[in-house]
Amino acid sequence: MDASRGGALAAAGAPPLAFKGQRHRRLTEGAIGVVLFLCGLVSVLTTIGIVVVLIGESLGFFREVGIVEFLTGTRWAPLFADQAFGILPLLNGTLLIAVGASLVALPVGLLSAIYLSEYATMRVRKIVKPILEVLAGIPTVVYGYFALTFVTPILRFFFPETGIFNAASGAIVVGIMIIPMVSSLSEDALSAVPRGLREAAYGLGATKLEVSTRVVVPAALSGIIASFILAISRAIGETMAVTLAAGATPQMTLSFLESVQTMTAYIVQVSLGETPHGTLEYRTIFAVGLVLFLVTLAMNMLSQRVTRRFREVYE
Amino acid sequence: MTAASFDPRREARHRRGRIFRWLCLSAVWFAGLTLVVLLVKVTADGVPWLSLDFIRNYPSRIPARAGIRSAILGTLWMMALTGAVSFPLGVGAAVYLEEYAPDNWLTRLLQTNIANLAGVPSIVYGILGLTVFVRVFALGRSVLAGALTLALLILPVVIIASREALRAVPPSLREASYGLGATRWQTIRYHVLPVALPGILTGTILSLSRAIGETAPLIMIGALTFIAFPPTSPLDPFTVLPIQIFNWTAKPQADFHSLAAAAIIVLLLILLAMNATAILLRNKYRQEL
Repeated sequence: MDASRGGALAAAGAPPLAFKGQRHRRLTEGAIGVVLFLCGLVSVLTTIGIVVVLIGESLGFFREVGIVEFLTGTRWAPLFADQAFGILPLLNGTLLIAVGASLVALPVGLLSAIYLSEYATMRVRKIVKPILEVLAGIPTVVYGYFALTFVTPILRFFFPETGIFNAASGAIVVGIMIIPMVSSLSEDALSAVPRGLREAAYGLGATKLEVSTRVVVPAALSGIIASFILAISRAIGETMAVTLAAGATPQMTLSFLESVQTMTAYIVQVSLGETPHGTLEYRTIFAVGLVLFLVTLAMNMLSQRVTRRFREVYE
Repeated sequence: MTAASFDPRREARHRRGRIFRWLCLSAVWFAGLTLVVLLVKVTADGVPWLSLDFIRNYPSRIPARAGIRSAILGTLWMMALTGAVSFPLGVGAAVYLEEYAPDNWLTRLLQTNIANLAGVPSIVYGILGLTVFVRVFALGRSVLAGALTLALLILPVVIIASREALRAVPPSLREASYGLGATRWQTIRYHVLPVALPGILTGTILSLSRAIGETAPLIMIGALTFIAFPPTSPLDPFTVLPIQIFNWTAKPQADFHSLAAAAIIVLLLILLAMNATAILLRNKYRQEL
C-alpha cells in the first residue's frame, strides 16, 4: 500500500513532475524488500550449511565406523596406529568439565542473583551487575592462560598429585566464565516476580530468607532453570580454556585431578595437527562436531521450552 | 507456608536469615574478586614485557625479540572485514524482521532459527567455515575466510541487538512519515534508521568485540601462529592476537607465558576501548530521546 503512493513525499514543495518516477519507485521498493529478506535468509543458510556439512561428512565417517561402536566404545584413539573410535571418553571429559563448572557457577550465580534482586539497593545493583558481566566478556583464551598459570599451580599446591593438565582447573575457569550468564538471567527472572507476592509473605510474618527461598525463588523457577541449562550448554561448547587447561588425554575417569579431553579440545587438536583432509581420521572432527552440535542445540531448545512452558503468568 | 511448617522461634530464624544474606553477599564478592585477581595476575605477569618493541616486532623464537605486530594488524583486518560483512547483513535482516516481515510461519522460522544459532558453540562455526569458505569457495586459510566465519558467528547477536534498537523507535515517527506520503523504504531510510543507528552501532561494536576475542573458529580455519609479515590483501594468511596468545600460553617456557600476558593486556585494552565507545554511544543516544 505504501509503494503505490510512491512519489507523494516529493509533494512538499516539489512540482508534480516528481510523480513521474512512480513506476520506477515501486520497482525499487519491491527490490529493497527482497534484498532485506535475503539478508534474513543468510541465517537460515548458515543453519543449513552447518547441518549439511556436519551430516554430509559424518556419513562418510559412519560408512567406515559403525554408529554403535562410535556411541558405545570406551576408547578414543583415531590418531594412533591402533585406532579406536569410541566417543565415550570425549563425552566423559566434556561431562566432567560441565559438572565441575556447574558446581562453581550455579550456586555462585544463583546466590549472586538473589543478593542483587532481594538485598541490594538499586545503586549497588547498577554497579555490580555490569562488573559481573565483564567476566563473560573476557576472551576464553585469557581464561585458559589464567587456568594454566594461576589455578593449576594453586591446585597442585593443595593436591600435589594433580597433573599439569587437569579437569579441575579447566572446570573452575569455565565455571567462572559462565557465572554472569546464571546471575544475569536468574536476576531478571527474580526481579520479574511481582511485589505483591513478597508483601503477602511478609504480612504472614515470614523473614527475608523465607520470602526469598520459599516464595520468590519458586515463583521464578522457570527462568532460573532456563539460565542453568543455557550456562551448562555454554560450558559444553567452551573450547580454548579447556584445551589449554585440561589437556588432551581422552580417558574414562571421574577424577578431576587427571587430564581429560573434551569434544571441543579434540576438534582443536586435529585441526592444529597435520592430519590430511579427506582421511577417516580427519572426518572424526565432523562426527564429534555433530554430536556437540546436537547436544548444545537440544539444551538450548530445552531452555526455551522451559521458559515458555513453566512461566508463571501474573495478572 | 502451612501452619505445620510455621516456626515461631524468631531469634533462630533471623540468625539463619543473616547467614543467608552473608552467603549471598560472599557469592557476589567471590565473582568480583576473581575478576580482580585475574586482571592483577595478567598485569603483573605482562607489564614488564610491554614495550614499543613488543608492539613493533614480529613473532620470534627468542622471547626477548618477540612482538605482536602481525597479530595486531591481523586483528585490525579481521575487525574491519567482519564488521563490513556482518553490519549490513545484520541490519538488513533486522529491518526485514521488524518492518517488513508478515506474521507467518516463515517469519517464525527465521526468528527461531536466529535464537538457536546464537547458542551454537563457536567451534562449530569453525567447522562450517573450514568446509565452506576455505575449501568450497577456495579462499584458502585467508583473512577473508576467517572474517566471513566470524561474521556468521556474530550475525545472530547483531540482528537481535539491531531489532531491539528498531523496536525502540516510536511508531508515531513512522506514522508521521507515512502520513506525508513517504514510501516504506523512504520512511525507514530517512526516519527510522537514523534514530535507531546509535543503538544498532552499540550492538554491532559489542558483537565485534566478541568476535576479536574468538580463538577456536580461527584455529579451525587455520590461522597461522608464526607470521612474519602483515596481511596486505584479504586473501593473505594471517594471525590474530588471541591465536598468538594461545600459541605462547601453550609453550612450556615461562618467558613465553609472560609474552602471552603482555599480549593479553593489549587485547583487553582494545576490548576496553571498544566497549567504552559502545557505552558512550548508548549514553549519548539516551540523552537525545
